[in-house]
Amino acid sequence: MQDLLRRYGTGLTGAFILLTAFWLLVLIVLPNLYLLENSFRPYLPRADMGGPLDTYSLNNYAKILTGDSPTEVFGFTVVLPVHVKSFVLTVGYSAFVTLISFALAYPLAYYLAKVVQPKSLPTLFLLLFVPLWVSEVLRSFAWFIILSLKGPLNFTLLGLGIIDEPIRWIAGYQSIVIGLVYTYVLFMLFPIYNAIQSLDTNQIEAAEDLGSPWWRTHWRVILPHAKPGIASGAVMVFMLSAGSLLVPVLLGSTDSNWFTQVIQQWMFEAQDWNTGSAYAFILLILCTVFVSLVMRVFRVKLSDIAK
Amino acid sequence: MSAGIDLDDVCCDFGSFRAVDHVNVSIQPGEFFSFLGPSGCGKTTILRMISGFTEPSSGVVRIGGKDMRGQRPNQRPTALIFQNLALFPLMSVADNIAFGLEVRGVDRAKRRARADELLKLVDLPGAGDKMVSQLSGGQKQRVAIARALAVEPAVMLLDEPLSALDLKLRQHMRAELRAIQKRTGVTFIYITHDQGEALAMSDRVGVMSHGRLQQVAHPRDIYDNPANGFVASFVGENNILTGTVAERGQGMAAYDTALGRLRARMDAAAEGAVKLYVRPEHMRLSESAGAENSVPVTVGDIAFEGNFISVQARADNGMVLVAELRNDGTGAMPAVGARMHMSFDAARAAILPDETAAGA
Repeated sequence: MQDLLRRYGTGLTGAFILLTAFWLLVLIVLPNLYLLENSFRPYLPRADMGGPLDTYSLNNYAKILTGDSPTEVFGFTVVLPVHVKSFVLTVGYSAFVTLISFALAYPLAYYLAKVVQPKSLPTLFLLLFVPLWVSEVLRSFAWFIILSLKGPLNFTLLGLGIIDEPIRWIAGYQSIVIGLVYTYVLFMLFPIYNAIQSLDTNQIEAAEDLGSPWWRTHWRVILPHAKPGIASGAVMVFMLSAGSLLVPVLLGSTDSNWFTQVIQQWMFEAQDWNTGSAYAFILLILCTVFVSLVMRVFRVKLSDIAK
Repeated sequence: MSAGIDLDDVCCDFGSFRAVDHVNVSIQPGEFFSFLGPSGCGKTTILRMISGFTEPSSGVVRIGGKDMRGQRPNQRPTALIFQNLALFPLMSVADNIAFGLEVRGVDRAKRRARADELLKLVDLPGAGDKMVSQLSGGQKQRVAIARALAVEPAVMLLDEPLSALDLKLRQHMRAELRAIQKRTGVTFIYITHDQGEALAMSDRVGVMSHGRLQQVAHPRDIYDNPANGFVASFVGENNILTGTVAERGQGMAAYDTALGRLRARMDAAAEGAVKLYVRPEHMRLSESAGAENSVPVTVGDIAFEGNFISVQARADNGMVLVAELRNDGTGAMPAVGARMHMSFDAARAAILPDETAAGA
């Protein structure tokens, strides 16, 4: 603060602080507080707002528990409320997206950080970034085309003789998973790349010199070192996936219902912002709890991630 | 258990740069061998070729007589101690030491027992449960040695492992390393740019420059009978005189310099550009002129170094000669500005191929 004042003077420093405060308060905190307040109030016609019916309750939150939908899980029939099922599937598939992203990003991050010649790094990073220059909507549409029944993917696979009949890719949740992995895999790649890059190459060589095969060097030396990076990448991919609306809307099938779509339906189709807000907070809070639990299981501290 | 190493006409190129240039040397089992040279002379590349991280561009590395071509570092009977030690910071000291055994499938209890045993050997008993970050520099050093010894290597490779330590600790670890080598009988290959380390610890020293092995010899011979000007001036100090050979025979030669005709040893095979090298501690300072190799000088700077006195004296043509006189404890010191004579025995001076000629 002192440093800032000395460097930029009172005027500029004041402007910085006011702008930051405006951004945090007006664009983030206040809208969320507004939604939070609304989530406890019933959805009423305009005339009844502020009237005797407008009281605080948890009714909006309780709505998630209505409307049973029997579901088959490993041969057992489980009866779950339809929106709870949607939530569980959203969390489950987001975790799956996170896993696949890790499986794709870790080898690539290791390759970029330790194997590739430093002089070709800028080119490789450029190639990774170029797709980000295209809007997420267009990229999702592109995947819609790629994955369609008579699209290029099936055409290629049929042409190569790998499959005999076209595969219906856009079915269930698989197209959503593909789209989310594609959209968010870089959020996994860069934290892991940074973590592995900071590992002293001598440690990898020391392990090999002591007789370690490559997989054990990864398991005992590189992965533990990269753990904070993996954790921060995983948290980001998971939260972004669970909170994504665009990809599930564009790449979803008739059988899929992402939890954000449920929120969107409440807000824009039912025009019920109150219940929509309640659902949004359920998603936020339960995802945060889930992430904290997973972090505890893997013994990752929040301070590790912040590094 | 310990194995010899043969470098058979080994070259290593990085692009157009030749880091190691036709090196031939045969290191005996159980020997303490040092590669000594300035940074960039190719000594670390040699170490990496022996450990398997770098493949020679041509030539063969043999360990225990076995051709090592195509053998990965994890298949070679070597253990490397890195310059920065490369201990695993996320593992305990015992896990670090036992890592090589873990790799070999030794069960946990045996690993731990062996780690404790090795910790005793390197004089760190009971440190097994500490984390690496809790250790001091010297203790880390010992853990790195124990970790390398744990895999019972036939050859230990050490890449300037003492360079990060302070002087006292460095001298202590020198003796320690030497003792561990004698106790285990493992072949040690030591890389250093510190001549003191190389001379004090090694059975033999290989002096390197520009990727070439300049001389391989017992430390004493490296110092007393350097093969060329590079070895003479890299190891220890010298007064270097330029001139022309006047006459030569029977291993001696007369050499005409600006300070007059001087006599010194000269190898019968020596050819090309040569210079005369004489060490400061072989210079004498006296009131009267000596029988041979005597130069009248004016005493200039005098530095009292404790165990010796360094005297810089100027010859009549302005050339500076340095003599190091033993401090005999009588307090006698030459006076600054005094006219005296500096002389040396012909047997203590050598006419050697020029440093630049040796380097090229």
